[in-house]
Amino acid sequence: MTAATSGTELPPSARDRWAGMRRPPTLGAAAAFVALALWVAFFADATPAGSMAANPGNFVVTALDAVTFAGLLFVAGSGFTLIFGLMRTVNMAHGSLFLLAAYIAVRVQQAMVGRTRNIEPADVGLLDWLVPMIAGATVAAVLGLLIQQVFLQWNEGQELRQALITLAITVVLADQMLREFGGLAQRMVWPGAVTYFFSVFGERYAVSRLFMLGVAVLVGALLWLWLSRTRMGMVIRAGVDDRQMVRALGINIRLVFAVTFFVGSFLAGLGGVLGASFAGAAPGIDGSWLLNSLVVVIIGGMGSLKGAAAGSLLYGTVVAFSPAYLPSDYSYYAIIVTFALLAMVLAIRPYGLYGRPA
Amino acid sequence: MSARALLTRGNLAFALLMVVLFVIPTVASTFFINFVMTQTMILGMAAATIVFLAKYGGMTSLAQLLLFGVAGFMFGNAALEVGARGLNLGWGPWAAITFAIAVTTAVAFVLGAVAARTTGIYFLMLTLVYAVIGNFVFAQIVDISGPSGITSVPRPAFVGSPLSLYYVGVVLSAIVYLGFRVVGRTAFGLALQGVRDDPVRMASLGFNVPLHRTLAFTLAGFVAGLSGLLNVWWNGQIDPASISIGPTLILLIIAVIGGVSYFEGAWLGAFVYVLIFTYLRDLPLVDQIGITEARFNTVIGIIVLLIMVLSPEGAAGIAERIRRRLGGRTRTASSTSTSGPRSTDPDEKESEVHDDEPNRATEGAGAVPGSGSGALGGGLRGL
Repeated sequence: MTAATSGTELPPSARDRWAGMRRPPTLGAAAAFVALALWVAFFADATPAGSMAANPGNFVVTALDAVTFAGLLFVAGSGFTLIFGLMRTVNMAHGSLFLLAAYIAVRVQQAMVGRTRNIEPADVGLLDWLVPMIAGATVAAVLGLLIQQVFLQWNEGQELRQALITLAITVVLADQMLREFGGLAQRMVWPGAVTYFFSVFGERYAVSRLFMLGVAVLVGALLWLWLSRTRMGMVIRAGVDDRQMVRALGINIRLVFAVTFFVGSFLAGLGGVLGASFAGAAPGIDGSWLLNSLVVVIIGGMGSLKGAAAGSLLYGTVVAFSPAYLPSDYSYYAIIVTFALLAMVLAIRPYGLYGRPA
Repeated sequence: MSARALLTRGNLAFALLMVVLFVIPTVASTFFINFVMTQTMILGMAAATIVFLAKYGGMTSLAQLLLFGVAGFMFGNAALEVGARGLNLGWGPWAAITFAIAVTTAVAFVLGAVAARTTGIYFLMLTLVYAVIGNFVFAQIVDISGPSGITSVPRPAFVGSPLSLYYVGVVLSAIVYLGFRVVGRTAFGLALQGVRDDPVRMASLGFNVPLHRTLAFTLAGFVAGLSGLLNVWWNGQIDPASISIGPTLILLIIAVIGGVSYFEGAWLGAFVYVLIFTYLRDLPLVDQIGITEARFNTVIGIIVLLIMVLSPEGAAGIAERIRRRLGGRTRTASSTSTSGPRSTDPDEKESEVHDDEPNRATEGAGAVPGSGSGALGGGLRGL
């Protein structure tokens, strides 16, 4: 047992060597950041957005895009990291829960408004958006809890098996959702109250995106309160740090696991509804949101809420800035920048910004 | 090694299997050879790279199908001459093959270098991210992937007929199978297994841990590239959808059906999968319970789910368990607790101080005592 646990702690000499190896990547990352900032500020003339000096409006809009998208990333990523942190379960079905909640919410909204197509924001009251959101997220949460109870609970600690089981569930869910909801993109409509534009530096910007950010901040605040101010939150934080100790203290860890999975899946669903309001729901969204959640937690460090916030901001920035500030011939290579970001973060910290080896 | 030492049960079984594989085309239908056996060889090779990384490196990679796809796309780009899709470099077959393999290996090196310092579930997630990003890259950048894939990819002359493609598949599979096992007993392979079992100790002994992981990943990428080439010749086309999450999962499933600690399992798993895929829709039962071809993913997903729930060690794992029970050789029987694939071991933390006896015992030839691996393996454990 002692030999096994000492595997995670490096002896001092090795640690020093690793710290020494980390410095060049850190310097490299800092240099890259400065170079990119200079590029965006002064030299990015041949890009879709134009340099900041020449076109401050586009810069502000891009920055707003980055922050609002980061909000959405945070909602989905925090659920993912919560589940992983406590239970070491990589719920690969996270993206499916995201998409399912989105579809359900669209259906409920259509039923509430009484029309299946051409729903205008003016027809949608705040309740016609909130109720579907809660409904969709609850369905996702219940399904997530079911997955945990039926498939994951009894093989805890067998990560590969759990990953494969949830991936298989993803395949089944994706196929069944295709059957039930069809292959066309569907849209959740923002409530009329938030559907207008304001002007910033001469550019129009949608209030609904700021509303999305507001929801994300609210979710983040509630999550933080839950984790830092309640007894259960305390147990969860302790569980992230030392699972065996929590078990040994005689806490009902099964209940804690169930609640955590419920909340994590609920957050996935919440993200799904926000995402469907922002960009629609269609087949394939599940894969891209699994990717988004993974990237957020790999950057931020798995199991850390702070990490999820930092990861969302960093990733959101990259996602918003790279198409806008790459030379226009290359802007469709933006996806590769995601890999560059991952590589850079992992070169400095292999387990993410706030992560530790499991 | 004397002739007598070569006459082990494992080697005999292997030789017999090779004979069977070479003779099969004379008795089986063309359809069976072309669709079942050839595909088994292709997918088996790709899945064997997953087994290689899992068995020797302790890394479960979800990026192997991406590398498989990279080789296919690169060959398509290099070999096609004119037409609207891809780069159309119009190179000769050997230049195209070299190019495809070189690019795939280089990509594997870069991906491996980034992932080399992560382990366990982090590695799994990171390689899944690779897979998804790779899918998006090929879906978005149509310059290198064509609007909906590269089609009519020409075959080199030496695999002109389906039968010759099958034989190339068999020969390459045999080389890969033996090659991976030989690598396991080279200095590099032994160091890699040391890294798997105790990276800190290996680092303090002066081994470059990330480098070993990177090189293992690169080698696996090279082999995945080979099978990707065979695949693009077999299929005649490749598109971004064929490297999305679904197929990625399928490849891992193939490795898992066979059991991720057995190289044989990769081909066995591929065979089982291809059989299911090819013949399931012909079963009378399937129509009656209303499963149409369009819902095939659901069926596959549920099968995978069942396999994972019932037997994570896969078919080879079950076979090994039976053999152990019947054979009852003392050295294998004593280590039942550490059998299964490492990462599905329920008490992984506790069994960190692993010996690789069960691994070696399952390789027929590896059971020969006194091969160098035993000495160094024992030495490491004794430290």
